[in-house]
Amino acid sequence: MEAFLASVVSVAFHGSALGMILYVISVGLSVTMGLMGFANLAHGVFAMAGGYILTTAISRFGVPFPLALVLAFVSVALGSVLLERFLYSRLYAASDLEQVLFTIGLIFIAVAVARFIYGTLQQPVVLPEYLKGQFPLLGRDFPTYRVFIIAFSAVMVALLWFGVERTRWGAMVRATVDNRAMAQSVGINTKRLFTLTFALGSGLAGLGGGLGAEIIAIQPTYPFENLVYFLVVVAVGGLGSLRGPFVAALLIGIADTACKYWLPQYGAFPIYVATIGILLWRPAGLFGRHA
Amino acid sequence: MSAHAGGYTADPRIRPIEWLPWIVAIAAFFALPDYLALGARILIFILYALSLDLIVGYAGIITLGHSAYFGLGAYVAGILSAKLGVTDPMVQLVAAAGAGAFLGLTTGAIILRTRALTLLMLTLAITSVLLEIANKATSLTGGADGLSGVVVAPVLGLFKFDIFGKTAYLYCLIVLFVGWWFVRRMVYSPFGTSLTGVRENSLRMHAIGAPVYWRLVLVYTLSATIAGVAGGLITQTNQFVGLNVLSFESAGELLVMLILGGVGRIYGAFVGPVVFLVAQDLLAKQFPEYWYFGIGVMLVLVVMFARGGVLGILDGILSRLRGKA
Repeated sequence: MEAFLASVVSVAFHGSALGMILYVISVGLSVTMGLMGFANLAHGVFAMAGGYILTTAISRFGVPFPLALVLAFVSVALGSVLLERFLYSRLYAASDLEQVLFTIGLIFIAVAVARFIYGTLQQPVVLPEYLKGQFPLLGRDFPTYRVFIIAFSAVMVALLWFGVERTRWGAMVRATVDNRAMAQSVGINTKRLFTLTFALGSGLAGLGGGLGAEIIAIQPTYPFENLVYFLVVVAVGGLGSLRGPFVAALLIGIADTACKYWLPQYGAFPIYVATIGILLWRPAGLFGRHA
Repeated sequence: MSAHAGGYTADPRIRPIEWLPWIVAIAAFFALPDYLALGARILIFILYALSLDLIVGYAGIITLGHSAYFGLGAYVAGILSAKLGVTDPMVQLVAAAGAGAFLGLTTGAIILRTRALTLLMLTLAITSVLLEIANKATSLTGGADGLSGVVVAPVLGLFKFDIFGKTAYLYCLIVLFVGWWFVRRMVYSPFGTSLTGVRENSLRMHAIGAPVYWRLVLVYTLSATIAGVAGGLITQTNQFVGLNVLSFESAGELLVMLILGGVGRIYGAFVGPVVFLVAQDLLAKQFPEYWYFGIGVMLVLVVMFARGGVLGILDGILSRLRGKA
């Protein structure tokens, strides 16, 4: 019984860490899809870029870990502004098929570039001393880095919620998600809002990719392999909401860890079946307002 | 979306130029005997792309999971042969078609009730489920090692599959011809026209009383059936089934082929695989990094500048020439 309890705690803990990472990466996707109706399958590219920037900055240039995290966030956000201005913005009015194809094209390019620069091997993550080892909590030992991931992501999530729910910028974002034409006609610069929000979402993905490099391995096929997970979070959570993807990410993180722990012979099978079931039950996702 | 070639008002008779692909295919058989294996592969992917064109190009259903039906057909043919000892190619092909049809009907009836992102997500999830099953059910599928030991008896008991791939090439060509004839008939029928109507404006189709949902389920099932046949063919010509028939990359590559040729015009599905697979044969092995980079750049460029693909560009040139003349 004690052993079972220990494994339950362990699964919940590691699952939460994975869920938090999935949320930080995917929340930007939820917002861009909800805000702009853009089917951005290449969102994982931003997370991969963040992961590569973080690992390279630390292992090749000796940048301290916190600074490397900031660097991953800022450079991915800036890069995404360029992409948004020059490429994405031309396709806002295009059909879903064209958006899907365009973003698959971006994935192919990113995978090739990553393989060209870094080769096919997974990038090792060098952690600073203070994030290694075990962290005692309630009479148990937990890996310090995972505790850090959960705590840090929780702070980011709190900041994001505060930003969207309590600030003027957040009110503008919510207004635009609800009714873009009306928001525009009361004088909100939706174009600039799109760019800013896109940059923030992509930056968060870069941050999540870097932060989670130890959990979700950084390798060239990253955007392909994890695409399903990011999309599941957004689709199950519901487009354009912040709370939905959070619940979905935690559910998926914990369920995935539990499956790997107790039912390794089934792989990710139960997750996909559950996703199909949830989407058939609620096509707009658990917290979605419209399909 | 590209101009719709066909429709109820269009002349359904086969124009002379439509015989061109078949003349080229037969000429290639005699002129390029060293490339028949590649040729058979191209023919199979044309059939596969044709099935995708039906749902993406004509019905406007966006899917990332069409490899589910192709992969199922491939595994059904493979398992029949390697595990159950059914070696007759016709039986294998019919079984692959039946499996594709069954899965297409059951999944289509469920997922076509949804739209947009949810639909996209469901197609992806269904393929992921199949991939996971194929990966884990190693006793049946061979898992990551693939399914080898596929034996295929002579076609109709007469034509043996030879090492030069002559039989395989002609066999695939005949199956493709039947598939093309069927798809062409369907596209030019009232049913095909109603699909285009759904693609262009599903609200109005509802308003005039068309059974939109059932039309979509029917075309999805037919498309899955053809994809299943294509999957069966790939197993028979390779005599091996690997997990990659179900992968997301293969579904992506298929979309690339179709886009490259041109969507919603039947012959785009002929041009795309030829260009793509020949280029892959020439370039991919020497320069794998550049190959994927090239595909990506090409996709972005096609979406940005040439939405009709190769055939769309040809159309543009032709109409400009005519305009001047």
